[in-house]
Amino acid sequence: MNSQTSPAIELRGASKAFRTPSGALHTAVRDLDLTVGRGEFVAVVGPTGCGKSTTLTLVSGLEEPTEGEVLVAGEPVRGIGDKVGFVFQQDAVFPWRTVLSNVMAGPRFRGVPKAEAKERAREWLARVGLSSFEDRYPHQLSGGMRKRVALAATFVNDPEILLMDEPFSALDVQTRALMSDELLELWAGTGASVVFVTHDLEESIALADKVVVMTAGPATVKEVFEIDLPRPRKVEQVRMEPRFIEIYREIWSSLGEEVRITRERGAVNVA
Amino acid sequence: MSPETVTAPAASPVKTERTQARARAARNRKYLVLASRVALLFAVLGLWEWLARAAVIDPFNFSMPSKIWDQIHTWVVDGTAQGSLWEQIWYTLYEALLGWIIGVVAGVLLGIALGRIRFLADVLGPYIKVLNALPRIVLAPIFLIWFGLGPASKVASAVVLVFFPVFFNAFQGAREVDRNLVANSRILGASNRQVTFQVVIPSATSWIFTSLHVSFGFALIGAIVGEYIGATKGLGLLVAASQGTFNAAGVYAAMAILAVVALLAEGLLTFLEKRLFRWKPAESGADR
Ligand SMILES: Nc1ncnc2c1ncn2[C@@H]1O[C@H](COP(=O)(O)OP(=O)(O)OP(=O)(O)O)[C@@H](O)[C@H]1O
Ligand SMILES: [Mg+2]
Repeated sequence: MNSQTSPAIELRGASKAFRTPSGALHTAVRDLDLTVGRGEFVAVVGPTGCGKSTTLTLVSGLEEPTEGEVLVAGEPVRGIGDKVGFVFQQDAVFPWRTVLSNVMAGPRFRGVPKAEAKERAREWLARVGLSSFEDRYPHQLSGGMRKRVALAATFVNDPEILLMDEPFSALDVQTRALMSDELLELWAGTGASVVFVTHDLEESIALADKVVVMTAGPATVKEVFEIDLPRPRKVEQVRMEPRFIEIYREIWSSLGEEVRITRERGAVNVA
Repeated sequence: MSPETVTAPAASPVKTERTQARARAARNRKYLVLASRVALLFAVLGLWEWLARAAVIDPFNFSMPSKIWDQIHTWVVDGTAQGSLWEQIWYTLYEALLGWIIGVVAGVLLGIALGRIRFLADVLGPYIKVLNALPRIVLAPIFLIWFGLGPASKVASAVVLVFFPVFFNAFQGAREVDRNLVANSRILGASNRQVTFQVVIPSATSWIFTSLHVSFGFALIGAIVGEYIGATKGLGLLVAASQGTFNAAGVYAAMAILAVVALLAEGLLTFLEKRLFRWKPAESGADR
């Protein structure tokens, strides 16, 4: 398979174990098989702490799998590639840089001249609706605004592979719907392949081509659901459709079980 | 209360009144604090003067504020036995400042390097701990032997005193950088060098700055002790010379001058820090 026809992301039997402070091995994900086609939008749902974020760090090259293989565009991942964009679950903006400078960071790191970087950054700030805040420092913004800065800072690099770890969970409901629609438009324009982790099952169905349900930790793929809702979609409209509700029920019956297992386990650990 | 509450536009006349009253109360409190401080100073000085004049404490050993003031006056007007007072101050400041700069630069460079490069930290760590455990002030006589009576020996003592606190803070700062920020910058395309200069160093600056305040005091100590042991110029020599002639007022006067110099330097640092840390949220409720 050459790099033109191979899928965007491929995980083959990937496992990741962390060494805990007590010295024991903690398996976060095990034996993970997952394929993301080119230009495909894949949403990942699973109970909390099951290993979703870990899966993304494997794809990004920030962490190496303990076992198995991770391929991006047919090539094994070695270190961090320049094709990947990653919106982190936690706040990761630079507190000592202004909003504009934060969004310029990516292009500047990659050697884009200052004037061009500034222009591109301004364009993206306009798209996330933060043009009038470009001189502020992150501590002067609301949580949702900081998240939008992070989004702009990621998109400005034109990533081919977009890893998003609950990017909208800090946003208010209205902004969230707007950002979801915006994301769909952007994605349709760029043809990037997306892996989108979320806790919000509705969000995952509204956005994705494929919803991957993970088991309780250590995570592995439990089931994959194809979402056959027509595109282009508007998230606020698509969730009213009967087919949407049908899919929702189907996935929830699969996910709910894992959530229950996780919760029971937590209760046992506490007791 | 934050200043916003005081300056916020009031919605109703009732509120305006209350807001004004609150502002007035805050102002009054500030004056009261200031007045109490001045009163305390005068009370302590007055008590000292009175006790010394009444010979409750021995004026020969403990001197008295008026004599100290006279001594400072004499130094300012007629100069000291080693030359003009300003020259002494300048010498001490020069030695302290030079030692401070060298110590800070070395401490920051090595701290960041060891914080970033695991191998270096593992190799050098134990040695640095041993050196730090040494009471470094005893090195001053050795430096006097090595570098002579001139400024070099004082600069050296200042350097060894300044280096360690700055080093440890820079090291800690480089170690405690938010892992998320580093991961994010690497994803955004930063090279190792860029991570060091644009992520690690900026986030370590607040750690480093904390040590700068303390370490300038250490630099002054290094310079003064060096001068005290043996020198041709400087405030430390002034202390030594006054002590040699049993002039207690001279010792106190030199101390007072030193305190003023140290306070001015501290003020300058605070000013710089404020300029540099505009990105940080303002401290809430702190009045200092
Ligand atoms: N660096 C690490 N060292 C040790 N254990 C880790 C590390 N990172 C993650 N883990 C563990 O791996 C498991 C999976 O973590 P992960 O962050 O991938 O979960 P998640 O599915 O993203 O959860 P959430 O939905 O709450 O964000 C957790 O049990 C966590 O404690
Ligand atoms: Mg997570």
